[in-house]
Amino acid sequence: MTREMTGAKMVVQALKDQGVDTVFGYPGGAVLPIYDEIFLQNDIRHILVRHEQGAVHAAEGYARSTGKPGVALVTSGPGATNAVTGLTDALLDSIPIVVLTGQVPTFMIGSDAFQEADTVGITRPCTKHNWLVKETDTLAATIHEAFHVATAGRPGPVLIDIPKDVQFANGEYQPPKPSASHYQPIVKGDMEEITELVAAIETAKKPVFYTGGGVINSGPAASQLLRELVDATGFPITSTLMGLGAYPASGDNWIGMLGMHGLYEANMAMHDCDLMINIGARFDDRITGRIDAFSPNSKKAHIDIDPSSINKVIRVDIPIVGDVAHVLEDILKVWKSRGRKTDSANVAHWQAQISDWRKVNCLAFTQEGKTIKPQHALARLEELTKDHDRYITTEVGQHQMWAAQYLGFEDPNRWMTSGGLGTMGYGFPASIGVQMAHPDALVINVAGEASWLMNMQEMGTATQYRLPVKQFILNNERLGMVRQWQELLHGERYSHSWSEALPDFVKLAEAFGAKGILCSDPADLDDAIMEMINYDGPVIFDCLVEKHENCFPMIPSGKAHNEMLLGEAETQGVIDSKGSVLV
Amino acid sequence: MSALHIKKGATRHSAYNLRPNFSDVQERHTIAVLVENEPGVLARVIGLFSGRGYNIESLTVAEVDHTGHLSRITIVTTGTPQVIEQIKAQLGRIVSVHEVHDLTVEGPSVERELAMLKVVGDGEKRVEALRLADIFRANVVDSTLNSFVFEITGAPDKIDAFADLMRPLGLAEIARTGVAALLRGD
Ligand SMILES: Cc1ncc(C[n+]2csc(CCOP(=O)(O)OP(=O)(O)O)c2C)c(N)n1
Ligand SMILES: [Mg+2]
Repeated sequence: MTREMTGAKMVVQALKDQGVDTVFGYPGGAVLPIYDEIFLQNDIRHILVRHEQGAVHAAEGYARSTGKPGVALVTSGPGATNAVTGLTDALLDSIPIVVLTGQVPTFMIGSDAFQEADTVGITRPCTKHNWLVKETDTLAATIHEAFHVATAGRPGPVLIDIPKDVQFANGEYQPPKPSASHYQPIVKGDMEEITELVAAIETAKKPVFYTGGGVINSGPAASQLLRELVDATGFPITSTLMGLGAYPASGDNWIGMLGMHGLYEANMAMHDCDLMINIGARFDDRITGRIDAFSPNSKKAHIDIDPSSINKVIRVDIPIVGDVAHVLEDILKVWKSRGRKTDSANVAHWQAQISDWRKVNCLAFTQEGKTIKPQHALARLEELTKDHDRYITTEVGQHQMWAAQYLGFEDPNRWMTSGGLGTMGYGFPASIGVQMAHPDALVINVAGEASWLMNMQEMGTATQYRLPVKQFILNNERLGMVRQWQELLHGERYSHSWSEALPDFVKLAEAFGAKGILCSDPADLDDAIMEMINYDGPVIFDCLVEKHENCFPMIPSGKAHNEMLLGEAETQGVIDSKGSVLV
Repeated sequence: MSALHIKKGATRHSAYNLRPNFSDVQERHTIAVLVENEPGVLARVIGLFSGRGYNIESLTVAEVDHTGHLSRITIVTTGTPQVIEQIKAQLGRIVSVHEVHDLTVEGPSVERELAMLKVVGDGEKRVEALRLADIFRANVVDSTLNSFVFEITGAPDKIDAFADLMRPLGLAEIARTGVAALLRGD
């Protein structure tokens, strides 16, 4: 059954039919007809952000914490260009979002009309796919297809550019139906490869699971199956920044995050293993360190839904293209049918070796004196919030790495961070998106003062919608991560890595009608955190911390996993000139 | 905390030297890509090549299935085996791409290109140009008293050879279509 309606009405109808309950957006001339339709209905909540970048990050936070696609609506020209950072962020982290942009009327396209930008041209490299809709009759089907593309296979951002005359004109509404498009990524893995992996599992002496965001993207079943496989085999498991929570931090086989700021035991296990099982991770350069010294003696299996991830960076022995949940299910089936074998004696040795590495206690720090160490602040935050229904977002910098190190994640979809793009300004709007999706949860954005300022305008959004998001700012008055690199690589010349002229965050909170808390004394920290948790509304927590703390462990650029720097290691001169050209 | 032994000294390899295990030999591959014929699809393919730093030696495109709205893009590219593998995988990720075929691997294939060459001259040179054109089975598609436009089809090598011969005889301009290619047999 089809119905005739305007393009603008179709947009709202199609979103409803796709199960969308929340849209993050900002109006302007080229989307006014759609805003008119939003005004006339009550099924979809529109959240007015304060900057279009905020809308896209909020949609990302919504998506990552629910597993459903997030939706943003912005106007043409500047509205669309402001969305570009968020789109790129979602592309690199494989987050399903649908962004709708207004466009000048079709008959004015190409005339440099007011607020005209070549939106599909600008966003082609930063979306999974995008569309310019020129006829109202095709609008609804395009929106439905956009949801299919955003969520099928490796998820990602899509954009639909809708000229204003297409919004005004009448057309036939097409309700959603199973996608008939040719875009149907393969989800089942090849059984021969899976059997080869099972055989490798049966004989491995020093195996390790290396998991990533793909496990989270595959859905809750994937995390369940992963837990079953890990615990049944007794193999150690590490994860990338993006994959935290797929396996619980309290789990017996958890050895912590790996990578540039990963745990000593995790990186050593990656380096020394004889079987590496990569599940939904992509051998990112933050993970591998020096390529030619990466895990030199291991057989490598790689499970990924995107064939281009396989052999892109690291050549693997057992490539399996497929959806993580599907492939894990088959691995378990085959492994069980062959008698659940592992080389348990050797694996026990290997676990003992890892326990020895753990004794290095690479995250140890000493909290003494009157200054709060950032690690201590996070350790206390963890202690006081871990039993809550808690979601964490972060900004980008040292605080982000410390959050990954000192907070524990027991479940998937609880940790939202900008991994691939490393976007300062991501965390605050993302926390708004998460809180919209989980109104009763405790949502905390672990922030650095510099990152937080990049999207601080969203305080208006938080207070307008009474979103009790907690902005936990580790204020070191430094672009801390930049400062750390300048210390290690640039002879301690701290070029522009100060946060000068910082606002008074307490007054800033109050100016927006929120609560501000300042804490500088370790003795006050617990009470202050409790005050933050118990306050029913948005809070800016200005936690003054040690200004010159470095984030360790660290694998310097151009180094191998077993060349990690630890907290007390000497740091001068260890990154050579070759390494310093890397980022 | 026990301090780790940190090795100091130069690292010869950058972390972005991503292909240590593959052969460094540059190969030339002809890739046929079937795409939805929609606005911007060529930009997607070309953007992939420029954005990821791949080479394009030649590229041709035209709609080949009018009812199915499919176009065929033929790309000749060069790269190490790992780069060629990546190119194919990356092409396969583009949502508008239906099929990717590496004709160099799936082959043997036949490759043809069409070129037009304008040769300006008179006297002996003009006669010689005409004689060579005959040998190369190039057709004269336009002529004035002191110029010819030749049309030639064949493998790119053959066109290169013909152009080289025409250069001293007054080659003024050349237009080439790029390669179209099909697998042999059925
Ligand atoms: C948009 C953007 N600009 C620049 C950078 C480079 N950068 C990475 S971390 C960092 C400093 C972050 O400072 P802050 O937010 O205070 O966090 P800290 O490292 O001090 O914890 C900068 C400038 C970035 N990641 N994103
Ligand atoms: Mg800072």
